Amino acid sequence: MDEKRIEQIYRLIRSASTDLPEDVENALRSAKEKEPPGGTSANTFEAILENVRMAREKGTPICQDTGSLIFYVDHPAGASMTAFRREIEAAAARATKDVLLRPNAVDPVTGKNSGNNVGVNAPYITFTEWEKPEIRVRLMLKGGGSENVGTQYKLPDGAIGAGRDLEGIRRAAIDAIVKAQGKGCAPGVVGIGIGGDRSTSYLLSKKLFFRPIGSSNEDPALDALEKRLHGELNRLGIGPMGFGGGTTVLDVFIGAQHRHPATFFVAVSYMCWACRRKSMTIRNGEADYD
Amino acid sequence: MIKLDIPISEEKIRSLKAGDTVLLSGIVVTARDAGHKLMVEERPEFLNDLLKGGVIYHCGPVVRKDGDRWTFVAAGPTTSIREEPYQAKVIESYGVRGVIGKGGMGAKTLEACRKFGACYLHAVGGCGTAIAQSVKEVTAVHKLEEFGTPEAFWVIRVEDFPVIVTMDTHGTSIHDKVEEESKRVAAELMK
Repeated sequence: MDEKRIEQIYRLIRSASTDLPEDVENALRSAKEKEPPGGTSANTFEAILENVRMAREKGTPICQDTGSLIFYVDHPAGASMTAFRREIEAAAARATKDVLLRPNAVDPVTGKNSGNNVGVNAPYITFTEWEKPEIRVRLMLKGGGSENVGTQYKLPDGAIGAGRDLEGIRRAAIDAIVKAQGKGCAPGVVGIGIGGDRSTSYLLSKKLFFRPIGSSNEDPALDALEKRLHGELNRLGIGPMGFGGGTTVLDVFIGAQHRHPATFFVAVSYMCWACRRKSMTIRNGEADYD
Repeated sequence: MIKLDIPISEEKIRSLKAGDTVLLSGIVVTARDAGHKLMVEERPEFLNDLLKGGVIYHCGPVVRKDGDRWTFVAAGPTTSIREEPYQAKVIESYGVRGVIGKGGMGAKTLEACRKFGACYLHAVGGCGTAIAQSVKEVTAVHKLEEFGTPEAFWVIRVEDFPVIVTMDTHGTSIHDKVEEESKRVAAELMK
């Protein structure tokens, strides 16, 4: 195993667990400014921001649920995925030992926690070959609470009057966020994956969390729907932690992929306010962190 | 800001109202999924003294061990609704006065709060590092081997642990109110 690579992945994990991305922190700060000063929602944002500051300063996890480790590795032809998986596992085990991660890999049959975040298909890794000579490693730490409020729709859906069109997607998103309330640690970032099959719609919905907050969609129709939903979901009044307030979601991202004529999946993934994601690019063995 | 010492009397807990902010001090026991299942199915006796007038915290902490000593490194609340099938029974059988968690709980728990005198106390989710500062000492841990660190019963001494009462003994749930209003807005949006 490449010790240097393990060290690079370890640093990526440490940074994701203890330091919130700047765009997310800024979004939380501006959400706080929109709330009446001294009220429960403003105080909640204040507590969140103080916690983020403290975690960064002390180098301890922002949230005790350090989540599932979800890696996306883009690599040039010829890279060994087996070696990379072993290095990721070694880095995850070391980060767990150093209490940067909580042991979060449980055998569903025996109930036994592996104790080091390594298990069957844990960490989750998606490898993609690309034409560039460098390797890009993106990591998301996704908490179980936010994962539990994610949901998938199969359109048409009579219960919410959703047909197979953009309006149907809009209705599915509103329904999903009403059901989530504050349970996934609002205000969340919403990723909506449309098309594909059951599994790829979810995969797409989660990859969207790497988009910077406030970024626009390249597709004008989806961009308009994202902006409309961002406004509408905030009108729901769920607010931080579900206490009520003007910011229920920090942003909405939609991604589309072709579907089978018979299926129309809409996967809605939820990322808690502690939207922990970091990436690094390895060129000639040296890592650049974002 | 109301300061409360644990164990809490029934009279004290009944004086709280949804929306109150409270600083808790005393012994708290963490319990989550495996713990709640055990408390209802096997009712282990070692919890009797800890939970009489006591407080349960839905939390799976990040912990550090130095020698024999445990410390809480990050310790925010986990989502409480998963314990809804068990919570009312646990409140009744152990005489629990407070349940700390996040996201709120359902009708059965709200009714148990009213009937037996308990409040649901909301901590700010995700604030792992900040909340760990209120945990002054880990006095014991139970079922660590069997359940693993996130699900073990950690007995902790807290000082000025900040929470908001979101479900009180008078039948008020802030979560129900917010949900009702959000459903009204959603119906408007989906007309």
